[in-house]
Amino acid sequence: MTEVSHDLAGGRVGSFRGTDAAAASRGWARKIYDLLTRSPIGTIGAAILLTWTILAVFAPWIAPYSPTKIDPALIADPYPSAQHWLGVDHLGRDILSRLIWGARTVLTVAPTAVLGAVILGTFLGLLAGYRGGIVDAVIMRIGDTLLAFPKIILYLIIIAKFGASAFNIIAVITLSSAPIIARIVRGVTLDIKNRDYVAAARMRGESAFFIMFVEILPNARGPLIVDFFLRLGYTTIAIGVLGFLGVGLPPPDPDWGGMVKEAYGMIFVWPHMTIIPSLAISSLVIGANFLATGLREASLDG
Amino acid sequence: MLRYSAKQLLNMALTLFAVSFLVFALNELSPGDVTRKILGPYASQSQVDHLTREMGLDRPALVRYFEYMGKALTGNFGNSIYYRQPVSELMWDRLGNTLLLAAISFAVIVPISVLLGVLAGMRERGWFDRAVSIFSSICASIPEFAMGVFLLAIFVVWLGVLPGTSPLRGDAGWAIWMQFVLPVLVVTFYDAGYLIAMVRSSMVEVMRQPYIRTALLKGNSFRNVVAKHALRNALITPFTVILLQLNYLVSGLVVVETLFAYPGFGRLMLEAALAKDIAVLEAGTLVAVSVTMLTQLFGDLGYMALDPRIRV
Amino acid sequence: MAEILAFEHASIAYDGRAGRQIILNDVDFSIGEGEALGLVGESSCGKSTVALAAMRYLPRGMSVIDGRIRVEGRDIAGLTDRELSRIRGNRIAMVYQDPMSSLNPVMPIGKQLMEVPLLHGETDENAAFRRAVAMLEEVRLPAAAAMMERYPHQLSGGQQQRVVIAMALMAKPALLIMDEPTTGLDVTIEAAILELVRELRAKFGTAILFISHNLGTVARICDRIGVLYAGRMVETGRIGAVFRSPSHPYTRGLLGALPRLSGGGRRGRLRPIEGTIAAADRARPGCAFAPRCSFAARHECEERPILMVELGDGHLARCARLDAVRASAEDDRAAAASAATDGAPIVLRVRKLSKEYKLTGLFGGEKKGVVRAVTDVDLDARAGETLAIVGESGCGKSTLARIVSGLLAGTSGEVKLGETDLAKLEVDDRPPEIRRQIQMVFQNPDSTLNPSHSIAYALSRPLRMLRNLASGDAKTEVSKLLAQVRLPVEVAERMPHQLSGGQRQRVAIARALAGKPKLVVADEPVSALDVSVQAAILNLLGELLEQSRLGLVLISHDLALVRHMADWVAVMYLGRVVEYGPVAQVFSPPFHPYTEALLRAAPTPDPDAAPPTAALEGMMPSPTEIIVGCAFASRCPSRIAEQCDTTPPPVRQFGEHRIACHLELGRQAPAERGGRTEIRSSIS
Repeated sequence: MTEVSHDLAGGRVGSFRGTDAAAASRGWARKIYDLLTRSPIGTIGAAILLTWTILAVFAPWIAPYSPTKIDPALIADPYPSAQHWLGVDHLGRDILSRLIWGARTVLTVAPTAVLGAVILGTFLGLLAGYRGGIVDAVIMRIGDTLLAFPKIILYLIIIAKFGASAFNIIAVITLSSAPIIARIVRGVTLDIKNRDYVAAARMRGESAFFIMFVEILPNARGPLIVDFFLRLGYTTIAIGVLGFLGVGLPPPDPDWGGMVKEAYGMIFVWPHMTIIPSLAISSLVIGANFLATGLREASLDG
Repeated sequence: MLRYSAKQLLNMALTLFAVSFLVFALNELSPGDVTRKILGPYASQSQVDHLTREMGLDRPALVRYFEYMGKALTGNFGNSIYYRQPVSELMWDRLGNTLLLAAISFAVIVPISVLLGVLAGMRERGWFDRAVSIFSSICASIPEFAMGVFLLAIFVVWLGVLPGTSPLRGDAGWAIWMQFVLPVLVVTFYDAGYLIAMVRSSMVEVMRQPYIRTALLKGNSFRNVVAKHALRNALITPFTVILLQLNYLVSGLVVVETLFAYPGFGRLMLEAALAKDIAVLEAGTLVAVSVTMLTQLFGDLGYMALDPRIRV
Repeated sequence: MAEILAFEHASIAYDGRAGRQIILNDVDFSIGEGEALGLVGESSCGKSTVALAAMRYLPRGMSVIDGRIRVEGRDIAGLTDRELSRIRGNRIAMVYQDPMSSLNPVMPIGKQLMEVPLLHGETDENAAFRRAVAMLEEVRLPAAAAMMERYPHQLSGGQQQRVVIAMALMAKPALLIMDEPTTGLDVTIEAAILELVRELRAKFGTAILFISHNLGTVARICDRIGVLYAGRMVETGRIGAVFRSPSHPYTRGLLGALPRLSGGGRRGRLRPIEGTIAAADRARPGCAFAPRCSFAARHECEERPILMVELGDGHLARCARLDAVRASAEDDRAAAASAATDGAPIVLRVRKLSKEYKLTGLFGGEKKGVVRAVTDVDLDARAGETLAIVGESGCGKSTLARIVSGLLAGTSGEVKLGETDLAKLEVDDRPPEIRRQIQMVFQNPDSTLNPSHSIAYALSRPLRMLRNLASGDAKTEVSKLLAQVRLPVEVAERMPHQLSGGQRQRVAIARALAGKPKLVVADEPVSALDVSVQAAILNLLGELLEQSRLGLVLISHDLALVRHMADWVAVMYLGRVVEYGPVAQVFSPPFHPYTEALLRAAPTPDPDAAPPTAALEGMMPSPTEIIVGCAFASRCPSRIAEQCDTTPPPVRQFGEHRIACHLELGRQAPAERGGRTEIRSSIS
C-alpha cells in the first residue's frame, strides 16, 4: 500500500492546462472518441472497468448460480467444467457467480470510499490553499499526522477497536486518502489562486466560496480525474488485502480477497480456487491504472 | 542545515506525541475491555472490576497516558495479553526479522527501479519506454497476495524449486536463503512497479528541460547528456519517495509475512489486532510512526544535498 | 568571404496527427564569416526552427523535406552523430531565450563552462579551467574565479545570460546563434548584453545569426536582416536599406505597428496589421500575407508563385505588387503632441503611499527584515487621460497597480477615489460602488480568462455582480460590450482557448469596462502580444479612453509604448517615483539620470540611431536594503559622492514636472517651463 505520494499525478496544474480548455469545449462523445484513438492503453483500461461494472450491476441476472449456495457433492471434482465455467470452491460454491457478486461488493465499497476521500480532500485542500495562513497550517498539520500512520496500521487499529465492516473500511480509506487528495488540490489551488482570472473575480466582488468552487475547482479536475482512477485501483488492492488478512468484509458475502484467503491453504490441491480470484482483482486494478494512464497521456497531448 | 534538522526533530517529536496520544485515546475509550479480555467471558463482573482497579485502569486516562509514555521512553511497553510476555521482548525480535527482509528487498528494488526508470524515460515514447511503462503499471496493479499466489503456483506447486513457507528455520528442509527468494520477489514486483513509474516520469520531465538541449548542443553525446546532466536532476524528485519505501517495507510487509508464514513485525501487528492486544498495537504503532518520521528527515536532508537550490 | 551557414531552398515540415504542416517554406540565405544576420518575424513564423535546423536538432516529427542546410560547406543531413557533435558547440554555438532554464541547475557554472573545451579537444583540466575563468572575465562577470563555484540560481538573469554567452564562446565558434537572447530581460540589462555582444563580435570575429521579434535589438547587432512570414522569407537586405525603404507590405506593417520613442502621442494612430497569421501552406502558390495585405490583388498575389525581386545591393523582397507598395507613402502616421492638461478632473489621488512586507524565515522562523515594495508615492490619475507608470522589473510598479485595484492593501498613505481612502482596503472590503469604479486589465492573455468558462460567463458575471443586471439584460449588454471592443457577437459562446491572444485581451478589456468604471488599471496589457496585434489593442484602448472619459493607469516597461499612450508619466525605481510629469516633459530634458539611462537603453528600430554609450552598471539594490540617500545612487553615472549616498534627494519642480535628484537639473530647462523651484520635503 504505497499510496504515499501519488501527488505525482497532479500537484502541478501546468501540464493539464491544455485539457482544462479542451475538455470544456468538446462534448463527452468527442472526448471518449479522442481517448479511444489516442491511447490504446486507456481504451483497454476503460473496457476492463466497463466489463466489471456491467457484471456487477447485472449480477442477479448474469450470475449462473447463487454465490452462497453450498453443494458438497461438487467438491469431488471442483475444476472448471461445462456447468461451472470456473469451477467451484472448497464448499462447492460456483466460483464464477462468487466473482460476479464479489465485483458488486468491490465496485460499491471502493468508489464510495474514494469519492468520500475526494469530497473531503477537495474541500480541505481548496480551503487550505485559498485561505492560507493558520487555516492552511492547521489542515495540513492534521493531514500530516494522519499520514504519519503507516496505512495498514491505521486499518488494524480501527478494526481492532470497531470491528470489520463495510462502513469502517470506507471510513478508514476516506480518512487516510483525504489528506493526500487535499495536498494535490492545495497545490493546484496555490497555483491557480494567483492567476489573473481569480484576481478578476475578486475585483467584481465574488465570495471566497464562489471563487474556490466555481473559478478554481473546475480547473483542478484534470489532476483529480486521473487521481480518482489511480486511487480506485489502490483502494481495490487495499480492500483485497484486508480480505486476504481476514479483517475485511465479514462472510458469507463473496469478497475477492476473502476468497483467496479461504482457499489459500488448499493451493497445493486446488490451485484454481486461489488463482482465479487473484486474477480477477488484478484485472480490475489494471483496468483502473490503465485508464488513469490513458487519461493522463490524452491530457498531456492536449 | 543544523538548525533545520533540529527544527525537523522537534516537529517529529510533536507529531509522535500527537500520534501516541491519539492511539492511546482510541484504545482506552473503554478500559473495562482490557480486563474482560484477560479474564475471559466467564469471569464475573466483580472480578473484572477488581482487576481493573488492581491494574490502575480506573484512574483518569491522562494520568495513565503519561505513566505509559514515561515507561515507553525507557523501552517498557507493558505486557502482551495475548502472548503473555513483555511487548519489548516480542517486538524487537520480530522487527529484526522484518528489517532483514526489508533491507534485502530495498537493495533489490532501488537499483532495478532507477535503472529501468532512467532507461525508459530518456527516450520518451520509444518502444522501450512503452514496454517498461506497461510492465511497471501491471506490476503495481497486482496486489501482493495475488502476486504471491501466482509465484507460489509456478515455483512451488508446479516447478517445486522453491519453498512455500519462510519460517526462517533450517529444519524446514530448505536453506534459509532460499526462503527469502519468494518474499523478496513478491515485494519487488509490487513496489518496483510503482518506483519505476516514478523515476521514469521524473526522467521524462528532465529530458524536456532546455538545459538538456544546451548540453546536447554543446557537442555532448546522448549518453554523456544522460549520465552527466540528466541523471542527477532526474533523481531529485524520486529520492524522497524512494526513501519513503522504507516505511512501506517495515509495516507494509504484513501481506508477504502472512503469505509465507514469515515471523515478522507486520504479522505481529495483525495478530495483535485480531486478538485486540492493545499493548502490542500501541507499541508497534509508535515504532512504525518513528520509522516514518526518521525516513522523512533523512529524505529531506538527502534532498537538500542533491539539489543546490534548496540548501538552507 | 567563406560561407559558414547556408540554407539552400530548405523546407521543413511537421508530420503530426493532423497531417503535414509546413514550418519553413523554401528558405534560402547564407551567413559568411564574421557576418551578422538578423531574422525577425512574429510568433510561429518559423524563426526558431531555423536555429534548431542549423544545429540539426529538430523536434520529433519535424524534418527537412526539401533543399539543403550546409555548415562550412558540408550538408549536415549526411553527418554522422559523431561529426555532428564536433560541429555543435565547437563550430556553431547557441544562446537561448531563457538563460535560467538553459543552465543545468545542479551543476556549478565552472563545470558547465569547462565541459565545452573538454569536449572539443582540450585534455588538460587546468587549462580548461583557466580558459573558463578568462571567458567569464571577457563577458565582464565580477570575481570570475569565485563565479566558477556558483550555481545558476545564485545569479541574476543578466548574469546568467552572460554565462550562457561565455559558454557559447568557449570554443571560439565560427557562428553564434542567438534565439531571442534578451527577451524577458530588463531594458537596461538588455542594452548591456547587446553592447557586450557587439564588442565580442568585433573582438572574436564571430558570425551571428540573431533571431528576435524585436526590430530594435536586431538593428543594434546586425548587418543584414531577413523578415520571415509564415515560414517564408519575404524580405532581406542590409539593415539600413530595409529599415529605410521597407518594400514588402509585411515589413512595412511591422515597422508601422511599432510605437516609437520619437513618435507623437496616441492621437497619432498606430497601424495594426489586420487579421491573424496564416499557417504556411505549400498547396497555395501565392503570397501567404495576401489575406492581410491592403495592396493585395487577387490574381497577381494569390494565384501564382511569387519570386524574390532584387532591389539592388542585396535588398530582396518577395512581392508581386512591389511598384504599388513602393509608390505609396511610407508612414502616414500623423505626429501629434499629447494633450496633457491640468484641466481634466482628478479621479485618483495617491499620496505618500507605501507598502512593506515583513520577511520571515523560510520555515516561519525569525524575521529577516522588511521589503519596501513601494515608498512614499505621490500621483494623480485624471479622467480621460492616461497615467503611465514605467520602470524595470522589481521597481514596484505592479505592486502599486495592485494596491490601487485592491488586490493588495497598502501599509500607509492615501489612495483616494473621490473622498474615499482606499489605501488599506483590499477589494473584498471596499464598498460595492467603489469596487465598480476601479477595474483592471491583466498582462497575460493565457490566464486572464478562466479556461473553464465561456466568454459570455466572463462578461456577464461582472455585469451581474457590479451592476445587478438580470440575466436577460446582461445578455444584451454582453453583445454591446463585445461590439465595443470590436469582437463579433458569436465570440460570447466560445471558450477562451478558441480565441487568439489579442482577442482574449479584447475580452479582458470588455470585462474591465462592464461595470462602467471611472478608472482602469492596465498592467502590461500588450507585452505578451505580437507587435501587429499590440498596435490594434493600443488603438482600441486609446479610442475607449476618449469615448468614455475614464482614467487609465498603464503599467509598462516599454518606453516607446508609454511615449505613445500616456498623458502623464511616473518613472519608478526601487519603489520610489523618481520622475513624474506630463509625457512630453518627462521625455525631454531635464531628465532624472535614471530616466535618461532608460531612454538610452531602449532599442529603437532605427539603423541610424547612435549605439548606447554607457549602459547602467550594477543591479537594482534589494528592496530589503535600508536606503538613506538616493535609491539610484549605487548605479547613477552622475552620482555626487557623499551627498547622494547620505541625503535623500530634493524634489525639483518644473511646473507639473517633478524630479527627485541632487543634480542641478534645471539649468538646461527651457524657459517656458518656468523657473525651477525646490521643495523642502523629499519624495524619495
